[in-house]
Amino acid sequence: MVVGRVAIPFVPPRLVRRHGWTIGVYALLLASLIFTVAIHPTYGAFDIKSLALGALPLALAAAAQTVVVLSGGIDLTVGPLMAVTNVLAARAMLHSNFRDALLIAVLVLILGCAAGAFNGSIVVFSRVPDIVVTLAMSFVWGGVALLILEKPGGGAPLDFQNLAQEATLSPWVPNALVLLIVVVAAVWMPLRGSRLGLALYAIGSDRTAAHASGVNVPLVRILAYTLSGVFAAIGGLALTMTTGIGSPLSGSFYTLSGVATIVLGGVSLAGGKGGMLGPMAAAFILTLIPADLIFLGIDPNYGQVIQGIVIVLVVMVGGLAALRRKPA
Amino acid sequence: MSELSPLLEVSSLSKRFGPVIALRSADLSVRPGEVHALMGANGAGKSTLVKVLTGVLRPDGGTIALRGKIRVIASPAEARRAGLMPVYQDPALIPDLTVLQNLRLTGTPVEAVRRWLSELGMSGIDFGVLTRDLPPPSLRLLDLARALAAEPDVLLLDEITAALPADLTTRVFDVVGRRRAEGRSVIFISHRLAEVSVFCDRATVLRDGETVGVVEPARGAEAKIVDLMLGPVAADVARAEAQRAPIRSGDGPGKSRLEVKNLRAGSMLQDVSFTVRPGEVVGVAALEGQGQGELFDCLAGVRKPDAGQILVEGRATSFRHPYDAIRAGLVLVPADRMQALLRQRSVRENIALPLVSRLTRWGLINVRSERRRVKQAIERLQIDTRAQAQVRRLSGGNQQKVSIARWLAAGFQTLLCFDPTRGIDIGTKRQIYVLVRELAAAGSSILLFTSELAEIPLACDRVIVLFGGRVVQVLPANVADESTLLRAAHGLAAEAAS
Repeated sequence: MVVGRVAIPFVPPRLVRRHGWTIGVYALLLASLIFTVAIHPTYGAFDIKSLALGALPLALAAAAQTVVVLSGGIDLTVGPLMAVTNVLAARAMLHSNFRDALLIAVLVLILGCAAGAFNGSIVVFSRVPDIVVTLAMSFVWGGVALLILEKPGGGAPLDFQNLAQEATLSPWVPNALVLLIVVVAAVWMPLRGSRLGLALYAIGSDRTAAHASGVNVPLVRILAYTLSGVFAAIGGLALTMTTGIGSPLSGSFYTLSGVATIVLGGVSLAGGKGGMLGPMAAAFILTLIPADLIFLGIDPNYGQVIQGIVIVLVVMVGGLAALRRKPA
Repeated sequence: MSELSPLLEVSSLSKRFGPVIALRSADLSVRPGEVHALMGANGAGKSTLVKVLTGVLRPDGGTIALRGKIRVIASPAEARRAGLMPVYQDPALIPDLTVLQNLRLTGTPVEAVRRWLSELGMSGIDFGVLTRDLPPPSLRLLDLARALAAEPDVLLLDEITAALPADLTTRVFDVVGRRRAEGRSVIFISHRLAEVSVFCDRATVLRDGETVGVVEPARGAEAKIVDLMLGPVAADVARAEAQRAPIRSGDGPGKSRLEVKNLRAGSMLQDVSFTVRPGEVVGVAALEGQGQGELFDCLAGVRKPDAGQILVEGRATSFRHPYDAIRAGLVLVPADRMQALLRQRSVRENIALPLVSRLTRWGLINVRSERRRVKQAIERLQIDTRAQAQVRRLSGGNQQKVSIARWLAAGFQTLLCFDPTRGIDIGTKRQIYVLVRELAAAGSSILLFTSELAEIPLACDRVIVLFGGRVVQVLPANVADESTLLRAAHGLAAEAAS
């Protein structure tokens, strides 16, 4: 050890080097949890559960955004789509039983899928820049949410809410966390290793080279938005589970917070670089900050300011690390 | 010549981009087991033809027939299935994916790629690295190995040798040439006539998007190819210029314009000293990666040297930014045209950009004076401005002319040219070298690195040879023939000098 430290500079194995950012984000999450326990010694199972409940919709919004950003695009309809699926589910599930609620959830997922495909098709076929199309579509979906439910209301059977709100396995493992892991493992992990997953990264990294490599660029772009729609719909259902109601304006927060989360999670807004695990941890970090402020007795309205500062600092530190690695 | 039926038959193919006609009427007939060269000046339509053949672009008219059957090639994937496999000028590898992932993306068998790579002498490539981290020659060979692994009937190589050092070029010829025996064909695009005459069975020559002739280069037909490429009038001009091109003896009067003392930067550039006098063209000869890149970056203010001095007109300088170098009169023409130019902007804006600070009064651009100076530069360099609205639509040679024209309009004392003729046809090449001589005659100093050693005596007064980040030899240009330079560049300087 000592000899190694003197003679050979530490060269991390490739896996660590390539996933350095993700590892860093998880280290930051661990550090913030330790900090939280330090300032609030009674932090326990209940707090973990409320952290997971708060982070679940944000993590899903981030997942929706990640898929599109990796493919070299941007999707500003994530929040409004979450609102649409949230109010739709809450309105349909009011007074229904658990089995009907599950059926409605499946229908809502199909709707999210269709809405995403619709967004993607407009982006691809109109040839209008994605940021313009999805900004315009975000107003459309925002309006649709208000048409479905003009003020917060609706409901969902308690069993359905408990899918996220309980802690079935152990008091320390909230269902919301399990749900998130299951969704990411079931939707993202199989995709990532597939040729479609490679194509997704390819069109975000170098669209010309991807085209020349035989990738069907328009199709993969539409699929990226479709998958984003699925994640947004799951996010909307998560809102229904965690709040128990539908709220047409609930989504507005999640579009830009989702973007902030993926940036903190190591996804490059230029496309082609990053993964899903980083943003998931980032969602927990950004949810923990306002809670810590309450424990510290600081006005929670400072939360946004501090979140912004954290994001800029982390991205700066990451950039410096990348710069230092380059000349070697 | 045996009368085999053609494997690939292209007839009267046409393609236009808005008002610009890239292909007027291209014909091409490739026999099985043939290496067929595609030649033409910049903007003649070679790259467009390759892109149409491989499904990247859709043609406006004409037909493509494979083994006598007319095919519509609508996408790169379809071209692949039809047995047409390209290796483009820009490697089609995804920078953010590993080598292995890139192969999986295209469904290429990994073992076959490994086998071809070892035949190409590149078995050392680690398939787990991101292709972003590989040097350009490795990328090109990887792209080539991937294309070979698909076992295509027709392999299309667009300027494959442009970015390769000489030893690898030979390897590529060996490996690709062996495919002839299997009845597979190669379409080979290159500006290097010498390669074409050694390596190719026949050559199709394009001019202004039209096929103007098919020749057999093996019978010493270089002159004929040049005439075909340039057209009747231009060929006469080129010959006259070649005869005129004077080589001055390098004893420029007065003190040095640029002096470099013990410059060191990074691991490549170890210790380099030399001087450039006013009115002198100093050539830099080196194999790939001997510190020439770092040298030019330091002189242009792109990076800071670790040690040593750069003196301009006898005064020590310290460049923190290209802006400082430009102010000191040192301007760079990089090999990668796109690094210097704003792709989406017009020719006029690109040329005027370095001028802007001088043309503004009260923060407004004096449009009339801008237009006049830009027009002068365009005329002087004979830039083909058919596609002037966006620089990225120009051909490679015309892009390079624009990147020189910028400095011509803005004014400079020392021009740093880093491989300015890479991938450029001989007509434009000659114009660039004539321009370099003219600029020197007018008192400018020029430092010129070129990867084509045969061109050094054409343009330079003196040559410095770099090896291992040091100057190993300084030669007057009139004794710097290709073999002397090659020996010196391989570090055999002492022998060569004795």
